[in-house]
Amino acid sequence: MSPRAAWRLESLGFRRVYDYVAGKADWMASGLPVDGSTSPSTRIAGIARPSVPRCHLDETIGDVRGRIEGWEICVVVNHENVVLGVVTAKSVGTLDDAQRIDTVMREGPSTFRPDVAVAELAAHLRERKVRRALVTRSDGTLIGLVRAADLSQESQLAERSRG
Amino acid sequence: MNNIDRQQLQRLLSEEHAQLVEVLPAPEYDEAHLPGALNIPLEQLGSQALPRLDRDRPVVVYCYDTQ
Repeated sequence: MSPRAAWRLESLGFRRVYDYVAGKADWMASGLPVDGSTSPSTRIAGIARPSVPRCHLDETIGDVRGRIEGWEICVVVNHENVVLGVVTAKSVGTLDDAQRIDTVMREGPSTFRPDVAVAELAAHLRERKVRRALVTRSDGTLIGLVRAADLSQESQLAERSRG
Repeated sequence: MNNIDRQQLQRLLSEEHAQLVEVLPAPEYDEAHLPGALNIPLEQLGSQALPRLDRDRPVVVYCYDTQ
């Protein structure tokens, strides 16, 4: 649609016309703000927890063990904050504290874009019996973690506000 | 007409005060739009572009995605 709009503007005498072809979907997927009537909390960007623990490949289990407490997960990122993997309290277990993170992490976890609707992610996690999801921008950088419990609370609030 | 990406859009907005136009129907614009964007649906461009836009400044149009 936007290419036709751009050509139409040129036909009306506008000389400098540009088409942002990736559009609103790309803008929202990069985690940038939008205006409008949609409450931020109806998108998962609005409820993602940015304080989820993070660690690097060259750290050790001993470095990370304390960070995982209370979260059960630590996200492995590079120095540009791009998600590389995750380690969980369960996977770390009783392993030697000197062992490096890159030897125990689970690589390539599923991630979700920040503009995904809360209800959509809730259904996805229910279907797959998953308890949490990572939210990343389109360039792979981490925004935060959403827990399934956060999603059900948001869904209930949305239901009440509609009622 | 030039295709641009997000970084080029941000530069045009901040450095050249480009006019940003969402060409989707009003209900979709009302739900969520880029900050500062005007709404001129595609079928209304012919009648509304000249009164609402400055022909001497850059104009960036967008819709939802590449579809």
